[in-house]
Amino acid sequence: MFDNLKILYHQGKQFIPNVRTAQVPGIFRGRPLISLQTVDEAALTSLCPMRAITANPVAIDLGKCTFCGACAQQFPDKISFTTDYKIATNQRESLIITAGDDTPLQLNPQAMRPEIRSLFRSSLKLRQVSAGGDNSGEWELNAANNVQFDISRFGIEFVASPRHADGIVITGPIANNMAEALQICYDAVPHPKIIVLVGTDAISGGLFADSPAVNRSFLQNNTVDLYIPGNPAHPLTFINGVLSLIGA
Amino acid sequence: MNYITLLNNQTIGIAAIPEIPYDTFFEINTGFITHHPERHCVNYFGYKIGDAIKLICCIADDNAHQIYVSACVVKRETPLLALTSKLLCFEKFEREIHENFGVNFIHHPWLKPLRYAFNRFDTSQTIANYPFYSIKSEELHEVGVGPIHAGVIEPGHFRFICNGEQILHLEIQLGYQHRGMEQLFLDKKELLQRATLAENIAGDTVAGHATAFASLWESLCHFHPTRDLDFARTVAQELERIAIHTGDLSALCADIAYQLGASVFGRLRTPIVNFMQEWGGNRLSKGLIRPGYNPFPFTPALAARLLAVFDAFEPDFNEMCKQMFKLPSATSRFERTGVVSYDDVLSINAVGMAARSSGLHRDIRLSHPYCLYPELKHEPVIKRHGDVYSRVQVRKEEIKQSIEYVRKLIATLPHPQPSPSPLQQPQTDVFTITLVEAWRGEICHCAITDAHGELLIYKIKDPSFHNWMVLAMAVRNNEISDFPVSNKSFNLSYAGHDL
Repeated sequence: MFDNLKILYHQGKQFIPNVRTAQVPGIFRGRPLISLQTVDEAALTSLCPMRAITANPVAIDLGKCTFCGACAQQFPDKISFTTDYKIATNQRESLIITAGDDTPLQLNPQAMRPEIRSLFRSSLKLRQVSAGGDNSGEWELNAANNVQFDISRFGIEFVASPRHADGIVITGPIANNMAEALQICYDAVPHPKIIVLVGTDAISGGLFADSPAVNRSFLQNNTVDLYIPGNPAHPLTFINGVLSLIGA
Repeated sequence: MNYITLLNNQTIGIAAIPEIPYDTFFEINTGFITHHPERHCVNYFGYKIGDAIKLICCIADDNAHQIYVSACVVKRETPLLALTSKLLCFEKFEREIHENFGVNFIHHPWLKPLRYAFNRFDTSQTIANYPFYSIKSEELHEVGVGPIHAGVIEPGHFRFICNGEQILHLEIQLGYQHRGMEQLFLDKKELLQRATLAENIAGDTVAGHATAFASLWESLCHFHPTRDLDFARTVAQELERIAIHTGDLSALCADIAYQLGASVFGRLRTPIVNFMQEWGGNRLSKGLIRPGYNPFPFTPALAARLLAVFDAFEPDFNEMCKQMFKLPSATSRFERTGVVSYDDVLSINAVGMAARSSGLHRDIRLSHPYCLYPELKHEPVIKRHGDVYSRVQVRKEEIKQSIEYVRKLIATLPHPQPSPSPLQQPQTDVFTITLVEAWRGEICHCAITDAHGELLIYKIKDPSFHNWMVLAMAVRNNEISDFPVSNKSFNLSYAGHDL
């Protein structure tokens, strides 16, 4: 027993005391800043492997971006990535960052169904469905519940059964072979329920968007409540996004 | 000559691979492997040439450090004697060729669909009507799990046939994650797109697959990576091994309800992945490895930082391991659980740590070294019991070994060198094969270019391709309640298998 206590003591305090103000280490690429400098926009837009950059004015769609940083390496005076990890939003168009735009991303409460905050503010159970996810997003969602990020302190948990869940969290571009299982799972969640898309592949399909092996019709037929970009999404991006949604 | 001998990362003209009749093809490829545990098939695939199908088989020889490649052109309508009829290790490959092109193999045990690829030959076969093996008996019952599992993991279906609590048989049905990866490598023409695809093959093996793609592409383009490129890739792969093994030790502890181990190993993974973020801006090293250049040079400041991470990691890791390995309630769940024999891993063609845990010497870092592995003189960690305990030991010892390797590497940092020349266009009408030892095991990427230097075929083999069958064998005669811990001891990739 003393050995166990010693181990516990040696870990020190691991939890992140405030997940809203925590700083991420190193050169994390979060919300991009686009300067008003004039550049060769054709070169810039064609450089992006994801076609996430559009011209006139230059804008980056975080729903398509993989945050690889290639644009910032080639055009350092035009594009830089801040360490702002709070990049989740409830409106797809808010993920598009335009030149000169330096306002933090926020959720629009007007566009939110009122029952989300009244029902889920202090308890939200989620069923995760990986539908063609590559397991990086899944790793980070698991990390969101480790002793450091500890999302369950907010009453947010992943559950095994969709019947116990208040919504689903989708990773991956939705492989054709998973489309039916995803629909069955969603149907099994009782109303009212939310849909959260995590990661570039889920939000836009990423490089898989036009693959014939992918079937994104589920997203055309249902309303998405929260978009959490990243490749994969950082645990702090996920936690802050969900907290903003439920108003906790 | 019936075959051509290649080295890892070597490019040759496609015409240099001898095309031989199928019976010779059968004889030499089964002959290579029979009674030669040091040889195994690293890739066997087909692609269409007009109406015909060209088969290419690559057999790696671990002692000679060579790969023997042979080819054969066949007609779809002509049934072929299955290589599997002689050696089980070809079973998955032949199922894939059957699924993609409709070639029939005689004396194959069961040509079941492999992953329900969107461009499969017979689209009337759908994932909903997979032909499960079943036994008609009043004593036995079936347990179906998936495709969606209880945890936050990828999808796949497991069908158990149980006698009471005991598993008689497990069949693993995959394909739910199929994204058309190999076709996308052909469709997406830009290098950055393909490098991004490589990182998405299996998002837990980013350094492994990205290194495989970068090495293959550089070989295709006649580009010789500078030392700092090789250095960065070697360090990234070893850090990935440390991070995932540590995370898996945490998950193994969680599966046996050992909360202290789950928490401590879980939190120990964080400083390693956070270091990856400090280095390349992404915790899973996406964006770090690119063909032809190094976007994030490994600076002396990063080296000092990594040493500090290791210095803090090691005492806590060692203390936790010591405690876990002397805890009877933990070791009793690991020992003699999920046993898979040497003969089984050999006949299945298992690779990586799954093979090494059952006594099979198979490690590309030693047998077909690449990057800076030749100078590390890698000694694979081998265990012989083939149980969960062995796989836990391999993970623990590989973590320590990887830390030692990285310490050795960063003691002499290479100077960042400008690339000698920009990447040229890929050579025309060539074949390249690349082998990489990622944390799960051997990754094999093959590419063939056409007369314009465009990719004609891009073929990916993840270590999970064969190792799923090892899991199915490991859980036989186990209590079904021990399945999670057996499963986690392998932690196989669904996306890497389904592509």
